[in-house]
Amino acid sequence: MTAAAPARPMRIGLSRDDLAMRAGLVLLALWLILTLALPLWSLLAKGFQDRDGNFVGLANYITYFSTPALVQSALNSLKVSLICTVIVVPIAFTYAYALTRAVLPARWLFQGIALIPIFAPSLLPGLALVYLFGNQGFFKKLFGGEIYGMDGIIVAQVFYCLPHATMILVTALRTADARLYEAADALGATRLRVFLTVTLPGAKYGLISAALVVFTLVITDFGIAKVIGGNFNVLATDVYKQVIGQQNFSMGAVVGMVLLAPAALAFVVDYLVQRKQVALLTARAVPLVPHPSRGRDLALLAFCGTVAFAILAILGMAVWGSLIKYWPYNLSLTLSHYNLAAADASGWGAYFNSIEMALGAAIVGTAVMFVGAWLAEKTRGFGAMRGLVQFLTFLPMAVPGLVLGLGYIFFFNAPGNPLNVLYGTMSILVINTVAHFYTVGHLTSTTALKQIDPEFESVSASLKVPVWRTFGRVTAPICLPAIVDIAIYMFVNAMTTVSAVIFLYSPETKLASVAAVNIEESGATATAAALCVLIVLTSATVKAAHLLADRYLFDRLQAWRRR
Amino acid sequence: MAGYLEIRGLVKRFGEFTALHDIDLDIAEGEFVCFLGPSGCGKTTLLRAIAGLDPQTGGTIRQRGLDVSSLPPAKRDFGIVFQSYALFPNLTVHDNVAYGLVSRRKTRAEIGRRVEELLALVGLPDSGRKYPAQLSGGQQQRVALARAIATAPGLLLLDEPLSALDARVRVRLRHEIKALQRRLGVTTIMVTHDQEEALTMADRIVVMNHGVIEQVGTPQEIYRRPATAFVADFIGAMSFLSGTFEAPARVRVGALAFGVPPQDGLAAGAAVQLCIRPEDVQVRNLPADAANRVAVSVAELDFVGSFCRATLDAGAGVTLTADFSSNLMRDLGVELGRRLEIALPPDRLRVFAA
Ligand SMILES: Nc1ncnc2c1ncn2[C@@H]1O[C@H](COP(=O)(O)OP(=O)(O)O)[C@@H](O)[C@H]1O
Ligand SMILES: [Mg+2]
Repeated sequence: MTAAAPARPMRIGLSRDDLAMRAGLVLLALWLILTLALPLWSLLAKGFQDRDGNFVGLANYITYFSTPALVQSALNSLKVSLICTVIVVPIAFTYAYALTRAVLPARWLFQGIALIPIFAPSLLPGLALVYLFGNQGFFKKLFGGEIYGMDGIIVAQVFYCLPHATMILVTALRTADARLYEAADALGATRLRVFLTVTLPGAKYGLISAALVVFTLVITDFGIAKVIGGNFNVLATDVYKQVIGQQNFSMGAVVGMVLLAPAALAFVVDYLVQRKQVALLTARAVPLVPHPSRGRDLALLAFCGTVAFAILAILGMAVWGSLIKYWPYNLSLTLSHYNLAAADASGWGAYFNSIEMALGAAIVGTAVMFVGAWLAEKTRGFGAMRGLVQFLTFLPMAVPGLVLGLGYIFFFNAPGNPLNVLYGTMSILVINTVAHFYTVGHLTSTTALKQIDPEFESVSASLKVPVWRTFGRVTAPICLPAIVDIAIYMFVNAMTTVSAVIFLYSPETKLASVAAVNIEESGATATAAALCVLIVLTSATVKAAHLLADRYLFDRLQAWRRR
Repeated sequence: MAGYLEIRGLVKRFGEFTALHDIDLDIAEGEFVCFLGPSGCGKTTLLRAIAGLDPQTGGTIRQRGLDVSSLPPAKRDFGIVFQSYALFPNLTVHDNVAYGLVSRRKTRAEIGRRVEELLALVGLPDSGRKYPAQLSGGQQQRVALARAIATAPGLLLLDEPLSALDARVRVRLRHEIKALQRRLGVTTIMVTHDQEEALTMADRIVVMNHGVIEQVGTPQEIYRRPATAFVADFIGAMSFLSGTFEAPARVRVGALAFGVPPQDGLAAGAAVQLCIRPEDVQVRNLPADAANRVAVSVAELDFVGSFCRATLDAGAGVTLTADFSSNLMRDLGVELGRRLEIALPPDRLRVFAA
């Protein structure tokens, strides 16, 4: 018999499981197209239309680039982002280095403090700085009386970006092989030489990633520039002004596209760089355990102490500000600013809206992200659809929240779109938030799924057990820690996010983070601070509950992990 | 009995790379067949094609007369044990074994009884409440086996089931798996790269290399009459001597000439490999008219325990190995440099085209 090459590959019949999984994957792709691709497409299209929706080609872009004020904003954005990157990365690196490579007392405490800013809306450091250095501030002389503007933005951004960069660098520095250092020691290399030839190259990809993340965070952030930017315009505030202030949607779309460009570029660069990274840790690597070294440890302790103090000072200032009767004239303490009803029509409604939205985003988001990642990972064949889903799940990472929110206005508010019933509802806020933070949830799920035995589905097929039952009885329970992580991540981000939802709320669905922006605009700084503090408290409580549960509850639920 | 599984013209490609070339294979009902070959030769690929887990690019598979080539795994009849065992870590041993029984409309009590029976069968009667992580590797392996046979599949597929275990457990489990298979009479295919495993367990061995089947046969046939130089080299120890074929039944190796069994299909003057196993080399009690006598000297001696493996130098760059028992070593006074007279019995010589 000769090897008669078949003309086309064998077609394998589909089981009921296969059909269901493919249908699920198609639904997921449709969901992602509706909540991501089409809104972005609407935004792109809007930039080429005039106010009445007529196609005008590049006219809006020409107007944009010939308006000096707008171009100045773009340059301002670039400048601030670059300066912040240059400041944050070395601080975060030193902090992360101290956490991973030095013998620090109360290491967990320093690690925890560095994470605090994650639980705060970006408005918070802005408010704290106003209290400290603003027109009425304690130390206003320090900044020559003018914190509003670039300096203020930079200080607040450093606070806001530090945890993100630190987390990346801790991960990068933790994956070190002690054997490399022993070898360097044995060769008699000096400390500096070891640092330059082993430590820094090992953290190279982490450093690049951290720099790109900080750059993107700063250029796309809206809250800080809004509160403390003063007359210093940046892209993010321009989008807001064009859309909310001047109702010039086309120009808003153009600014959005200009804002999208650097964020997308940073994403692509990071993707290309990380792809080159090979696993540094082989299975035989020996984890590095730092040895005490008095001088280094003391110096790093002093450094971490200073940074931690600054973080706590900013947070503390916001808390204190929210408790003071009438800054700076009457410093007696009061809880009256927490009487939200007095400051904003929605009162406590906004806070409970936020909780509702965060719970919704956590539940819906985690379910869609985990099931979606499972479908993308486990569906047999169907390569094209899986590729499409993979691509779509990466989009949000490259798209700033403001840009996505703007896209939502254009897409969901379009008169011809049957989905415009969603406009102004809580649902659209949840849908938008899920889309906005989709990538991290998807990646976390995928990583967790890749860590479990790939043959569970094969076993269940051989035993004639439907695949969804194996998903429910085995896969999901094993991945429970990752699932909870995603839910917490979604909750915290939904509580603090401002950028996308600021275009999408209605009076009934106003969120706490948005209310804080509005209240601050109206001049009630203390109430805005109170609202920010409530958000921090809520997120931090949820996170703390997670840590406790992790320690005491999951341990019992996961008895099977013990040997 | 014949033809439980019939594979015809099976081809599997991964992009440009062809992992299986035109595989034909028949497996009878109740047989224990081993796929044996070096790592990467396509054993797992063939096993997964049979299960439908990685569908073939072309060719047909018939099981019990039914064409299953295009059926998804859920519609085929097989139980499988993976190299990793793929036990569900969050389910107890009992629930793992019961996993495939639950959906079969059985009562709890029936399922409980069946699980007990299966656990007793694999020698783990009291482990039902434990989690897989609390078991040793060998015990996990048995649980995986119990789970695979719980639904009484017609075909049992085992992919390197013993390779993750240490040597002693492995030897014990060989016998247990083989005994269990006999008792159940289930047609079984086991993938292994360990020739000893294949030789001791299989009714028939399928030797594979580079995506083709080199030989199919009983362990004795494979060992005694390897069909190709690859099989000869891969299974057991074998000396290879390069020479030329002289019709009708002689091979010339340098200055030496050896009588061999008649060969068809070899032209005179063809370059060949002459093969003999170390244990087939005769040293003692050579009859006066023994064929293929050679004078050699002992060049190397490796002590292997119950015997010594000697490298013998026949001069002019021709070397071969022979096994000497301790008795023989003593009786003949074998030591390095010692000159010996040996014979290579023609019926033990194999000739392959080079
Ligand atoms: N999914 C795959 N994609 C590409 N090549 C593969 C894939 N699976 C197996 N191969 C290749 O096919 C060949 C046979 O693999 P396999 O059947 O796993 O070998 P083994 O005999 O060790 O079980 C190997 O060369 C392997 O690299
Ligand atoms: Mg294999």
